[in-house]
Amino acid sequence: MSVLEHKLNADADENAASDMIQYVTVVIGGQLFGLPISQVHDVFVPESVTRVPMSAPEVQGVLNLRGRIVTAINMRRRLHLPPLEDEQMMAVGIEYKHESYGLVIDTVGEVLNLPAASAESNPSNLDRRWAEISGGVHRLDGQLMVILDVDRLLGAMFTEPMAAA
Amino acid sequence: MDDLLREFITETNESLDVVDVELVKFEQEPNNATILDNIFRLVHTIKGTCGFLGLPRLEGIAHAAETLMGKFRDGAPVTQEAVSLILISIDQIKDILGDLEAAEGEEPQGDDSELIGKLEDMSAKADAAMAGETVEEAEAAPQEAEAEEPAAEEATDQTLERPLRPGEVSLDELERAFQETEIEVEVAEAEVVEAEEAPEEAEEPAPAPAAAKAETKEQPKKAEAAKKAGGEGGEKKAAGGGVSNQSIRVAVDTLEHLMTMVSELVLTRNQLLEIVRRHEDSEFKVPLQRLSNVTAELQEGVMATRMQPIGNAWQKLPRIVRDLSQELEKPIDLEMIGADTELDRQVLEMIKDPLTHMVRNSADHGLERPEERRAAGKPEKGIITLAAYHEGGHIIIEVRDDGKGIDVDRVKAKVLERGLASESEVEKMTDSQIHKFIFHAGFSTAAEVTSVSGRGVGMDVVRNNIELIGGTVDLRSATGKGSSFIIKIPLTLAIVSTLIVEAGGDRFAIPQLSVVELVRVQTNSEHRIERIKDTPVLRLRNKLLPLVHLSQLLGIYEGEDADKAIDEDNGFIVVMQVGSQTFGVVVDGVFHTEEIVVKPMSTMLRNLNMFSGNTILGDGSVIMIIDPNGIAGAMASHASSSVAESEEEEQDDLQRRSMSGQTSISLLLFRAGAPEPKAVPLSLVTRLEEFEVSKIERSNGRDLVQYRGALMPLVYVNEGDCHKTEGTQPMLVFSDAGRSMGLVVDEIVDIVEDRMNIEVGSERPGILGSAVVKERATEIIDLGYYLPQAFEDWFMRKEMDIEALTKKVLFVDDSSFFRNMLTPVLKAAGYDVTTCTGPQQAFELLENGDKFHAIVSDIEMPEINGFEFCESLRRDPRFRNMPMLALSSLVTPASIERGRQAGFDDYVAKFDRPGLIAALKDVFSNELGVAA
Repeated sequence: MSVLEHKLNADADENAASDMIQYVTVVIGGQLFGLPISQVHDVFVPESVTRVPMSAPEVQGVLNLRGRIVTAINMRRRLHLPPLEDEQMMAVGIEYKHESYGLVIDTVGEVLNLPAASAESNPSNLDRRWAEISGGVHRLDGQLMVILDVDRLLGAMFTEPMAAA
Repeated sequence: MDDLLREFITETNESLDVVDVELVKFEQEPNNATILDNIFRLVHTIKGTCGFLGLPRLEGIAHAAETLMGKFRDGAPVTQEAVSLILISIDQIKDILGDLEAAEGEEPQGDDSELIGKLEDMSAKADAAMAGETVEEAEAAPQEAEAEEPAAEEATDQTLERPLRPGEVSLDELERAFQETEIEVEVAEAEVVEAEEAPEEAEEPAPAPAAAKAETKEQPKKAEAAKKAGGEGGEKKAAGGGVSNQSIRVAVDTLEHLMTMVSELVLTRNQLLEIVRRHEDSEFKVPLQRLSNVTAELQEGVMATRMQPIGNAWQKLPRIVRDLSQELEKPIDLEMIGADTELDRQVLEMIKDPLTHMVRNSADHGLERPEERRAAGKPEKGIITLAAYHEGGHIIIEVRDDGKGIDVDRVKAKVLERGLASESEVEKMTDSQIHKFIFHAGFSTAAEVTSVSGRGVGMDVVRNNIELIGGTVDLRSATGKGSSFIIKIPLTLAIVSTLIVEAGGDRFAIPQLSVVELVRVQTNSEHRIERIKDTPVLRLRNKLLPLVHLSQLLGIYEGEDADKAIDEDNGFIVVMQVGSQTFGVVVDGVFHTEEIVVKPMSTMLRNLNMFSGNTILGDGSVIMIIDPNGIAGAMASHASSSVAESEEEEQDDLQRRSMSGQTSISLLLFRAGAPEPKAVPLSLVTRLEEFEVSKIERSNGRDLVQYRGALMPLVYVNEGDCHKTEGTQPMLVFSDAGRSMGLVVDEIVDIVEDRMNIEVGSERPGILGSAVVKERATEIIDLGYYLPQAFEDWFMRKEMDIEALTKKVLFVDDSSFFRNMLTPVLKAAGYDVTTCTGPQQAFELLENGDKFHAIVSDIEMPEINGFEFCESLRRDPRFRNMPMLALSSLVTPASIERGRQAGFDDYVAKFDRPGLIAALKDVFSNELGVAA
């Protein structure tokens, strides 16, 4: 898969510079996001997702990924974006607290190798719902990449239903 | 050698190994009180058990050793000499044990007085060493040594008239031993576990392995295994003990892991089976079949390692009851029935505490004081009964006492006091509804708080614990006679049999455990969905069941008006029972049943109480597993109390039925022409109608009404009767093949469930005879007499049905659910039905010469499936032409073809009741045709 190739290329190019971080980029509603590659286990097409009634709206459902049950989280809904129409979505498989989750996104992009130092903190006027899951911003050529903070992204979802209950 | 002794040898050998190791440690760390306590307890346990088993030599040594260690515990300096002496005694005990095992339980002859003497001397020395510190103890010491029976640290209150003889135990000591036993046993067992790897090399002190948290429960298993080994044990004289080598201990974690892997294997197997099912004639079929069988066996095997007798959870109860009996000054007997009933150890662990609590409750609240019992004419000694038995896929545990029962008035008062319900609500409740309040949080009926119970933390915790493992707890109580708690829990938590249903476009799995029956609702079928105001209900055997559509409960209903979710003319109703709550869940479709391996839900979804887990189905998709308790909770808001009442009645009915052992049928009671009640089986009545008198027309010398576009002749029960002259005229309509007849009656009285036992035959035409219905003599009318009055040719056409009455049908199905569901259907159609729980029983009946006219058999059965059953019957010339119907929940062209090849005459879906009747009719008419 393209992701892997990129990863290999990237590895070859930059010989494990300790201050460099590799990001898998994904697009959600036209915005570029980056996930640290160490956290990404899979990239897959979410198929036959079983809905989970009464769950939080951003939970798209559960699916079988090679014998494991994965909870799929719709990132568009998580970010309060309108749903993607008539297009195949993709998903990034991540692990959080020994459980598998799939972040359903629009498309997967390339793997970028960025110096950790060039990350900037969230602009203060960023939408609060976005700021909550963003671990900073990287300025790239012609666009910005928001770093997805997986722990905050999923952690917030655990506490929310608890507080509501 | 008896089991007790064998277990003792195994245990003691292991304990001794631990003592060896511990003593050595102790010698190095004389100030470590924990080690000393452990050793002391172990030796104490050995001593106690020896005394109990009547092994005076062992007891003597152990006692002397214990006394010495008691001194250490009291602060005497630990000398190397003393430790060696104890080690020598332990070796001596080992030797005796070895001989004991070899001699099949006979204690070897021998004299230990020298050793004992040394030990006593050492004790005396120890005392002397301590004398400087405590004068009293020093004084007590020599006396103890002399009597050879000292209470090591406590002075005696109770005195015997005579001095204690060697080996005798003072009353106080005995009492203390009793009190300590519980703790000691625990510690001893924990220690034993530590020595897990030791038994093999019993003689050398094994290094204590890191404390594996293995379950102490394995003990009896082991003993059992040893039992099987039989006499061999005796030959191995090694001090390590032959018996203890017959089994190994495995850490529970290892087993758990194995179980998980097997579960995965089962899932993968299911997936493969599903794929092969889609491709006919695949070359994988045969090897896969083999894989499937091996997997099933493997699964069974692993499950078996998890199974343990429930007696393990009961072990401590006799002690608890004994203590309670003393504390409360009530003589109590504890009866335990079915202690060898096995269940999953995971489940076992979970019910231990609730059970203990319930037994305490029974002893404290349930049983009366002896004087009250005497006054009530009961024996002074109260009885608490624990019973366990299997029923279907679950296990039933009953905790019963013969005490005073639950005081309904007191509960009522408490309910009001706590504001759990208003006075008017309470007034309307049935006793059993009121009983249920004791499961509420913070509820206690004990008038005063005792140290035993009555603190109001209890029954709700019990209920929660049981519900946590998918079980239910129910309560029955009769004032003055006692109360009984009935716990129903699944055999295992790992694998659940579920019914796959569809609602709102999604599939869900409902655990079979809570499914009572399935009802198909269709236009004109006998079951209809009715509405009380806007609440949908189902009239099922004259009981009203509250209904909710599953998609409504789950909030996934997509239509506009939630009230219209239930299609009145078409749908499946899953009748579920949770605790004593019965309700109907409407679903859009019912697929099949599947054995599934429950996987826990992701933490993110665990707050959803409607689901207990999820799993991967054979087709690879994920399915959510419904939690019946969650559904029942959501349902509670829908269910009204009147409905709950009717459930109670139904339960009572069920009970009555199970007691009488005979299925009752619904009878329609009416009056016609005379004041005495008449009855007709409800299943024969198509409809109850009322017509305006003006609608009744007279033509060709008889009364007719226009009914559904045709003329329906009216028939009177007694010749010469006539219809009413004004108002409306009730009548019973009987229809068949487009023809209807109206039987004119004066009044429809009731519908009752009762057994139809015609006790007095009748000579009068139109009356089959008299039966006792609702405690009144009732005439059962003979429809066969009236039907030809409407249409003379009715009888001709009905010949088949009349024929049916003499047809004996054998119905084979392993599921009691379907046996219960379909037997009445067949009976109502007029067949004489005999049921069998499996082909094996069917073969027996047939071999015994029982004659049947047809066999209806289930396909999916354990051991012998329906196809094999049919094939083997067909091989026997006697049964070659016997009509056979296959009945299956799986109806595919392939399975129908398979059925045909096996020799079945027809293949019917399990839920297709009219289809079954029609198929039976067909096979019989074919048979007649062939004969003619």
